Amino acid sequence: MSKTLFEKIWDSHIVVEENGRSLLYVDRHLVHEVTSPQAFDGLRLNGRTVRRTDLTFATMDHNVPTSDRSLPIIDQTSSTQIKALERNCKEFGITLFDIHSPNQGIVHVIGPELGITLPGTTIVCGDSHTSTHGAFGALAFGIGTSDVEHVLATQCIMMEKPKTFEININGKRKNPHAVTAKDIILSIIRKIGTSGGTGTVIEYRGETISELTMEQRMTICNMSIEAGARAGLIAPDEKTYQYLQGRKYAPKNYDEYVSLWRETLKTDSGARFDKSFTLSAENIAPQVSWGTNPAMTTDVTGVVPFPDEYGKGNSEEEKGAEKALQYMNLKAGMAITDITIDRVFIGSCTNSRLEDLMEAAKVVKGKKVSSRVRAMVVPGSQLVKKNAEEIGLDKIFKDAGFEWRESGCSMCLGMNPDILASGERCASTSNRNFEGRQGTGGRTHLVSPVMAAAAAIHGHFVDVRELDLN
Amino acid sequence: MQPFHKIKSIATPLDKVNVDTDQIVPKQFLKLIQRTGFGQYLFYDWRFEKGTPRKDFVLNDPAYKNSKILLARDNFGCGSSREHAVWALDDYGFKVIISTSFADIFYNNCFKNGILPIQVSDETLQKLFSTKSEIEVDLEGQSIIVDNVPILFHIEPYRKKILLEGLDDIAVTLLHEDKIVIYERSHKI
Repeated sequence: MSKTLFEKIWDSHIVVEENGRSLLYVDRHLVHEVTSPQAFDGLRLNGRTVRRTDLTFATMDHNVPTSDRSLPIIDQTSSTQIKALERNCKEFGITLFDIHSPNQGIVHVIGPELGITLPGTTIVCGDSHTSTHGAFGALAFGIGTSDVEHVLATQCIMMEKPKTFEININGKRKNPHAVTAKDIILSIIRKIGTSGGTGTVIEYRGETISELTMEQRMTICNMSIEAGARAGLIAPDEKTYQYLQGRKYAPKNYDEYVSLWRETLKTDSGARFDKSFTLSAENIAPQVSWGTNPAMTTDVTGVVPFPDEYGKGNSEEEKGAEKALQYMNLKAGMAITDITIDRVFIGSCTNSRLEDLMEAAKVVKGKKVSSRVRAMVVPGSQLVKKNAEEIGLDKIFKDAGFEWRESGCSMCLGMNPDILASGERCASTSNRNFEGRQGTGGRTHLVSPVMAAAAAIHGHFVDVRELDLN
Repeated sequence: MQPFHKIKSIATPLDKVNVDTDQIVPKQFLKLIQRTGFGQYLFYDWRFEKGTPRKDFVLNDPAYKNSKILLARDNFGCGSSREHAVWALDDYGFKVIISTSFADIFYNNCFKNGILPIQVSDETLQKLFSTKSEIEVDLEGQSIIVDNVPILFHIEPYRKKILLEGLDDIAVTLLHEDKIVIYERSHKI
């Protein structure tokens, strides 16, 4: 019988099926400091151990400072959480990339970078953006702390089988440097809504997806959760295999695995999806979010919508848009390019990889950050930072007036000192524009790295298709 | 986990769509390393202004003091996987959340903590939003009783069992230890 890629990975990981649910084996478990302490406490309380320490990897990313790492952490509660992870990893025997490790970074950046993420595997992490790893054809789920404890103790997760959802993206983008993977995924979420993917695993397909680099595919899969999906998937191809080859934790008999993956990891022709959506990439414009969820997004050439127009007859959505405009302090009808900004954040598990920084640097090179803007670049990992510095990106950003920081989640969620002040408006390459996400009262506009860089220079959003990015 | 019993209480109407877990418990409170004590931070940025309760937020309305049932709009609990959101609802005293839809991770997290999320139709939710009387939730009978009229709801049988019996699902999974071992022997990656 024809099967989707999702069904193949799902079926090959079933340990037991009962009560309409499946006990799935977990191949890789990624752990970070914020959602794990209570899970380790639970193990201790019940006298349980970590079943597969060899399949469990930890790092600290959510609340680590991005300033000088030789200085002590001033925030006592952050420090407590970081120390708890160190203590827990030591006690239970888990590999930890700590704050001083050359492999430290955002958990979803280092997984692929270290070859922990592999095609056809199941991956879980106590973080909703675990969907990122789907870019490699891995079935990757974000889970809560109770499930983190469950996976630590059993190496399995109990789940109901999600539905399948294919999103086809075809056509060539007219200017792929200006219309990025971020713009594609924001366009999708804008159309299907923040609950459009609820209960499903999305497989992104089509020629536009095939043409994307691995880093761009990660940006797409990363934001699957913003459409409510359980996971996002892209079938692996030669780009995937090449990306992972020689990575630290990639299997030693790599070629044998690649042969197997080539054979099996694709949706069979004739396989059926429960749901389908198609988008042409040809006419996608650079996107800017204007509201307080990622579906509240429009073209950079557009205007802030009127709530009734946004709600399309749904009074709850209309009320939501009204509240969003109030929170964002924006007037309906105003041009997106007239929105002035105070801060720029280039970083997060969505857009903090080398290619993101290279693209942003093209805009920034030889220019100065607007006098009204404070801008920062937070590389996704120590390795991204090192590689960027080797090709001089740090100098380009610093010369323009950007802050060049150490790696971590940083201002994506503001658990460390990198936060917006109340009322500040930020062009951010992150994934959530929720109220208060980047700091209480802060206002977030989700954009691509190129758009964020251009906003830093001009002090407002601009149509980046008009810039020379080649 | 404590077994779930019948709940009878006034229901707190939270009239907003797409309520994300960042609103349920803002990030500045995620640094605690225990599961308890999060109730005081529930909906913090909506509930308080500079530490003072905001009169215009429903949780600060004395009519809903001691409410155990939260009425919510579509796509409740979207965004971050933080279980702290469920711990905060639980610690505050909510044992039942009723909405037209929930985000997946949040929905799953509820069952791990003895909270019952109930999905209902638009029409039922409208009815619940408009009642001023107490609502009774009977999980065993799968019904919401409002003004003496029962409204039946669906729940997956295994999830119902977990709540009614207060099962430790790790212990349940470990009953399959032999099958996990067999799977591990043949599965290499």
